[in-house]
Amino acid sequence: MSNDINVNPGLRESATFDRTTMAEIRRAADTGIYDIRGFGAKRKLPHFDDLLFLGASMSRYPLEGYREKCNTQVTLGTRFAKKPIVIETPVTIAGMSFGALSANAKEALGRGASIVGTSTTTGDGGMTPEERGQSSKLVYQYLPSRYGMNPDDLRKADAIEVVLGQGAKPGGGGMLLGQKITDRVAQMRNLPKGIDQRSACRHPDWTGPDDLAIKIQELREITDWQVPIYIKVGATRTYYDVKLAVKAGADVIVVDGMQGGTAATQDVFIEHVGIPTMAAIPQAVQALQEMGMHRKVQLIVSGGIRNGADVAKCMALGADAVAIGTAALVALGCNDPKWSAEYEKIGSAAGFYDDYQEGKDPAGISTQDPNLMQRLDPVEGGRRLANYLRVLTLEAQTLARACGKNDLRNLEPEDLVALTVESAAMARVPLAGTSWIPGQGF
Amino acid sequence: MKTIDLAESSIRELNQALHDQAQECLEREFEVLNPKGQHNIACGIDQNLSVDIRGHAGYFCAGMNKKAHVVIHGNAGQGVAENMMSGTVRVKGDASQAAGATAQGGLLVIEGNAGARCGISMKGVDIVVKGSVGHMSCFMGQSGSLVVCGDAGEALGDSLYEVHIYVKGEVKSLGADCVEKEMRPEHIEELTELLNRAGVDEDPASFKRYGSARQLYNFKVDNASAY
Repeated sequence: MSNDINVNPGLRESATFDRTTMAEIRRAADTGIYDIRGFGAKRKLPHFDDLLFLGASMSRYPLEGYREKCNTQVTLGTRFAKKPIVIETPVTIAGMSFGALSANAKEALGRGASIVGTSTTTGDGGMTPEERGQSSKLVYQYLPSRYGMNPDDLRKADAIEVVLGQGAKPGGGGMLLGQKITDRVAQMRNLPKGIDQRSACRHPDWTGPDDLAIKIQELREITDWQVPIYIKVGATRTYYDVKLAVKAGADVIVVDGMQGGTAATQDVFIEHVGIPTMAAIPQAVQALQEMGMHRKVQLIVSGGIRNGADVAKCMALGADAVAIGTAALVALGCNDPKWSAEYEKIGSAAGFYDDYQEGKDPAGISTQDPNLMQRLDPVEGGRRLANYLRVLTLEAQTLARACGKNDLRNLEPEDLVALTVESAAMARVPLAGTSWIPGQGF
Repeated sequence: MKTIDLAESSIRELNQALHDQAQECLEREFEVLNPKGQHNIACGIDQNLSVDIRGHAGYFCAGMNKKAHVVIHGNAGQGVAENMMSGTVRVKGDASQAAGATAQGGLLVIEGNAGARCGISMKGVDIVVKGSVGHMSCFMGQSGSLVVCGDAGEALGDSLYEVHIYVKGEVKSLGADCVEKEMRPEHIEELTELLNRAGVDEDPASFKRYGSARQLYNFKVDNASAY
């Protein structure tokens, strides 16, 4: 008898024990170990698709799309740094490590970002010469592991990002599995080749916001107060985290929602810890506004940003800029159907591949295999990323002009409505066609 | 010798004066007066300087030091010589927790005791403590050497990688994957050299050696109870 429900409509799949759930139970029973994977949360979450813009009509003047300017330039780090970063588009490239990604991929990210005048970010593996050389604006991450951390690279950075957490795994450390530890990766991290490299979940030499304030002062002293200091947090208790980050002395705060990607984390962590990006932004903005620091301490948000509409919605909710990771990798060729046969060979499929930790990426991005790495031409990858960043920018400008705004940062919550009650509550904008914002009276 | 009195000058002015020597070294010897536990004293030096700090220092003193020889004539706060690259940092008194955290090179000598997590995530530095160290010392230590002439607290060397640990006194307990190892002639030689560099008069033969059992280097489900 066929198990095709189109042939046998009496067959009913359990919503609780669906096929994915049962497959995971079988996998756990086979192996005795939790599933580790890359990518971000795959479950359906309240997201920016649940928001819509209210274009201008009688009560608002729109701007002419092909005539009137809409500024996209943003300056980051205006609070304390002598040399703030000026980016030409408010879409930056998020931190991703050399080690998790190939050197070619890191170079491509730097090239693409530089072409459009935005910043890219190192990761948990230190700064490579390729990346620094090809990145006109490079943010250097200061992570708990401190792999590759040194004062020379610190002084070469255009900004420093103190990472407290990331959206895919707030409260979690990292793991770079042994198969991706080549000689070069091992040398940069000062560890033996081939072993699993754990990245700590807490910084080794400070705990809590009071200590962090001193740590930030140290980083400023070492760099002679030249460059902005960012603080990156995974989205959880965002309202409080942002207040504490401002108090600790951040120039810029990066809030990474739970749709943000990872190179290797337990699936249970990715899917069950943190809050959606959309829910985090109003909390962060409220915290900044209450402290009188909105726009003075800039806010970058990340986690699941895919198109110019997502960018514009983040800006309308109060962000100064966004960061993309997964989308940038897709632009480079991650999960591209042209590698379908290769994905099938390793038990995956184009569009579904998330085993970044295994180092077998057919697209040559999340790998250290020399043969696979060659599949990604960093020049071509950089061009593709630049194209994609331009599209994000143009789309965001299109929406801003439609709302009558001559600067992306002039977008505001009043320009938005929500399609669902939950998105209205999270984004703190009215349900479409009503004036009702759940939680804010009747 | 140039003297900078922190009762009259700021930490910024002090550090800038030290950093300026990296470009053109006009003064090799510095004396810092009235530190009074201030944070971030003499961090980020990148020159072969001699810096004497006359009193107690706060957090991250001599952080990320390169080439310089820094002496703290008092106690040091949290994270002294954190991420040091080269040179020497000597604490005449006691050091708080996370001394030498993630440091990649050079020599850190603590003439008194060190608090918890001494040498946490160390990446190549040599640390010599004349007194005792607190709990979780050398946690996730990657490379370099830690010498403890006194006792070590709980969970010494937890999740250790390739650091060589030498302890003369008692070890309250060893952390996950840290084991006592045979003291072979090459280790006596290494320890002798470390003690000489630190100017510490101890008999190398009276120390025990500890290192990684290397059982947790690659995740195996059978080791789950160790985590």
